[in-house]
Amino acid sequence: MPTTEPDRPDPQALLDAHRRDGRGRLKVFLGASPGVGKTFAMLEEARQRQRAGRDVVVALVETHGRAETAALVASLEVLPRKTVPYRGQMLEELDLDGLLARRPQLALIDEFAHTNVPGARHPKRWQDVVEVLDAGIDVTTTLNIQHIESLNDVVASITGVRVQETVPDEVLQRADEIELIDLPPDELINRLRDGKVYVPQQVGKALESFFTKGNLTALRELALRTAASRVDADMLTYMQAHAVKGPWPTQERLLVCVNEAPVAKALVRAGKRMADRARIPWIVATVVTPRHEALGEEARATTTEALRLAETLGAEVVTRHTERDVAAELLAFARSRNVTRLVVGRPRQRWPWVLLREPVSDRILDLATDFEVTVVTHRARVERRRILSAPDMAGWRDWGAILSETCGAMAAATAIAWPFSAHLPVASIAVVYLLAVSIVAFRQGLAAALLASALGFLTYNFFFTTPYYSLAVEQHEAVVALLVFLISAVFTGTLASRLKAQVDSMRAARRRTETLYEFARKIAAATKADDVLWAAAAHIAVTLNCRSLILMPGASGALEQVQGHPSIEELDAKAEGAARWAFERNEPAGAGTTTLPTSDWLFVPLATARRILGVIGVQFREAQGLDPETKRLLLAVEDQVAVALERFTLAADLEDARVSAEGEKLRAALLNSVSHDLRTPLVTVIGAVTTLADAETVLTAENRSELIGTALDEARRLDRYVQNLLDMTRLGHGALTPNAQSVDLREVVGRVRGDLARPLAGHEVVVDMPRDLPRALVDPVLIGQALANVVENAAKYGPPGGRIVIGGQPTDDMVILTVTDDGPGIPAADRERVFDQFYRAARGDGAPSGTGLGLAIVRGFVEAHGGRVSIDAGPGGRGTAIALTLPRAPVNEPPEEAR
Amino acid sequence: MTESAQSLRVLVVEDEAPIRRFLGIILGSAGMAVEEASRGRDGIERAATSAPDVVVLDLGLPDMDGKAVVAAIREWSQVPILVLSVRDGEGEKIAALDAGADDYVTKPFAAGELLARLRALTRSRRPTAAETPAVTIGALAIDLARRTVTLDGAEVKLTRKEYDVLALLARHHGRLFTHRQLLTTIWGPAHVEDTHYLRIAVGHIRDKLGDDAADPRFVLTEPGVGYRLK
Repeated sequence: MPTTEPDRPDPQALLDAHRRDGRGRLKVFLGASPGVGKTFAMLEEARQRQRAGRDVVVALVETHGRAETAALVASLEVLPRKTVPYRGQMLEELDLDGLLARRPQLALIDEFAHTNVPGARHPKRWQDVVEVLDAGIDVTTTLNIQHIESLNDVVASITGVRVQETVPDEVLQRADEIELIDLPPDELINRLRDGKVYVPQQVGKALESFFTKGNLTALRELALRTAASRVDADMLTYMQAHAVKGPWPTQERLLVCVNEAPVAKALVRAGKRMADRARIPWIVATVVTPRHEALGEEARATTTEALRLAETLGAEVVTRHTERDVAAELLAFARSRNVTRLVVGRPRQRWPWVLLREPVSDRILDLATDFEVTVVTHRARVERRRILSAPDMAGWRDWGAILSETCGAMAAATAIAWPFSAHLPVASIAVVYLLAVSIVAFRQGLAAALLASALGFLTYNFFFTTPYYSLAVEQHEAVVALLVFLISAVFTGTLASRLKAQVDSMRAARRRTETLYEFARKIAAATKADDVLWAAAAHIAVTLNCRSLILMPGASGALEQVQGHPSIEELDAKAEGAARWAFERNEPAGAGTTTLPTSDWLFVPLATARRILGVIGVQFREAQGLDPETKRLLLAVEDQVAVALERFTLAADLEDARVSAEGEKLRAALLNSVSHDLRTPLVTVIGAVTTLADAETVLTAENRSELIGTALDEARRLDRYVQNLLDMTRLGHGALTPNAQSVDLREVVGRVRGDLARPLAGHEVVVDMPRDLPRALVDPVLIGQALANVVENAAKYGPPGGRIVIGGQPTDDMVILTVTDDGPGIPAADRERVFDQFYRAARGDGAPSGTGLGLAIVRGFVEAHGGRVSIDAGPGGRGTAIALTLPRAPVNEPPEEAR
Repeated sequence: MTESAQSLRVLVVEDEAPIRRFLGIILGSAGMAVEEASRGRDGIERAATSAPDVVVLDLGLPDMDGKAVVAAIREWSQVPILVLSVRDGEGEKIAALDAGADDYVTKPFAAGELLARLRALTRSRRPTAAETPAVTIGALAIDLARRTVTLDGAEVKLTRKEYDVLALLARHHGRLFTHRQLLTTIWGPAHVEDTHYLRIAVGHIRDKLGDDAADPRFVLTEPGVGYRLK
């Protein structure tokens, strides 16, 4: 049989070394359809392993009556199966505890997707398998492609058959090895015709249309593809584990390299198109160097924007750090991720600079000999939206400061150097000027540094070189000294100004990080989407010193203001138009952008990779420029809000899914309960009554009264069951409105004892309630019913002749009613579950009959009164103690004359 | 007892034929004369024309609200009315009792329970019973003429209201009295909402009689409805 096992050293063997200690290995034999021979292959492999000295056990394998399979099974040790009674049938299941106790090295467990008989430890067999693996036992199992959850829909659309038994993909991903068992469709159809394929009955008639050549071919392709993608993932792990340098041409990946060049966004879009066309995953990466830190805000914003764009387009976004060689870092990363195609931009570089520094793209082209490289050139008009663009120049006020400081520094340097000029060599004087230039550079930046060096040069020349007080130069040494001075002034100035830029940018980054961190903390603590929106609106308004709004589509689809800080605004038509535009096009609009720039408001979309959630609007108090810092903050907040909102949506979706699954489960349990629990008493009643009615049957007086007694008991049980169902329905529909009044719980107990006289007949009932027990504020009928359910349970589960203690004690504002029996008790793990509908702690044939509704009703009734129910072991850890905590009634004494 | 029961005429107003048939059999075999009606209007008419001694009325009739049937009969007759209610129909049951019904039985019920209730209801109707000078329940004796209560021969001191409550219950022992009935009769219509008067009186009666609410010997509680004497 062809398999996917690659022709190279077994990676699994190597991977074993890295495996987490103690966990078993999972191998899955994957097939396209029933009948391809998975089980057979599994058994054959197991036999080989056994020959190799492994301790192999067949935990559960279905032979489906095939002789050769049965023969293979017979050659191995077979674990006895567990028989489970279900609806009067004896079903065979995997004996999980038996297997864990046996502890083989390798267990064979057939049919990974199998659903266990209700009442088993896990509902699904794959959960059993996970437990076995966790116990350190290796497992081999079989699976058909249509049982993989994510392929369920695809398979259903191919075959028209939707299987209910599915295995979650992540479980399959945990498999250490997947072996594809492949059989050409024609051969499979022949095997089917020859009766060699077991046909599960539940598939029934659909089978005839299932095993058609078309279906089988489609399924086969699906199986092959699944196995192939799996091999790819395996290989990646292998390469990473062994530092193997890629790329090997398998599943391709595309890497887009971006930096601060304006072409970045165009690169991202190009990358997206290429990745889409080739249907391969893509990554957008940027490399940060120290030089980067010193870059202007605008340039850095370009990178950030490009990365954000990539994120919304679905790319994986990566930022790497390196000291110098950007190209080498990018290629190392590309190889580590098995990238085959690179997309780089080619900057427009002016001639003299090309000589100084080789562009990254050129270096990549030189080094990336094993990659396919696409170079996107920088066109004359790059798409460069001027949204939120930075102010073009530092203000003239700043130039004034630079000029005055530079002149001041030079004057000071001259003043300091003058007294020494007579005693010191001319070159030493230059150092003083150098110092002044450095100071100016550090304080005012590069432009000031250059100005200062020029000015310093002139001053120095004027005052300290011969001829004095003239700009003419006489001596040759002086010329050299002047030149050296000028060059070093430029260098130190540049260095100092770069240092200043770095320090400034770090400060700004820290401030930004701090505010963002604070905001992140705020929204992480939010429990509702509204809280997140409120926090976002407030944060934006406060940190940007503006008014802020958040708009989201309402029920009709029109944008509505959901939050505003300081308040919700009356928007004019222009602002509304801008908001709509931003929402519909997923691009900023309004003030400071090219769309509706005359609006007072600026709107940016609030979007995740999946969809656009709404827009954020800001309005600045004065027409201040939108600097890149502001812009970045706005985008960062937008990102976090979008992610937080997405989290809420996902959580809500999950909850919906869970609720509906829960409802489904409950419906099934209800049907089961109704059909079983309603019918059983009727069987007895009808049986007894027909016997009594039959004139021919001669009954002794004793038999007769016993028959009548059972019929009566069963009829009463039926009545209670119907009552329970009704109560449950009332609770479920919220139709329960307790008519709370001040009630003496002793009276309720008295009434319950009277009602339950018959079930309680064989028990000793002790009432341990003080006579002055405070009254409870409850509906006496409902609480009576709740108590009756608890007491009846106590009678049912307690031993005949056992003691049932009904106790009562007050707390500050509640009254606690307890019912204690000396029955078998409820294991601590089950105590919470007994309140679930249709759950019964004791299982199996010996358990007393009941509906599994009683305690659910007790909880429902008690909680409807604002009380609570708890369950514990009785005194000394024996039996069960159920406590109903109920609200106390206010004390209300009548006047004397009314007594 | 059998002698007197023979003359009892019961009107059964019930729409379910199987239940009507079953009632006919058990009441008939207890020596009562049974008349049947399957609709509320029919029932009211028969209650008027055939003047039964007691009416058994189902609250779930298809044509009329049970409470309306009770009210209609009460317009001109004090005939005892026993209503058959279902367990979820608490509100309806209490409304029927407040409209003038005398007692209730919850469906499904045992034959013995129904007959006991009917007897309790008709007992007070009998001329001899109305003038009963004394009622004895186990160790408890109530002398209605002398207004004294003795337990095991020892006199029990009750306040005036407590005695009134006990005497009213005793005069019709076995019969249910709603809170409203007891409050209007003993404290007057102005105190019909003061249920705490009643429950404190009953509490004192129980204390003085050595009775236990959790295991009652004399005064039985119908939760949320009223009291009866055993």
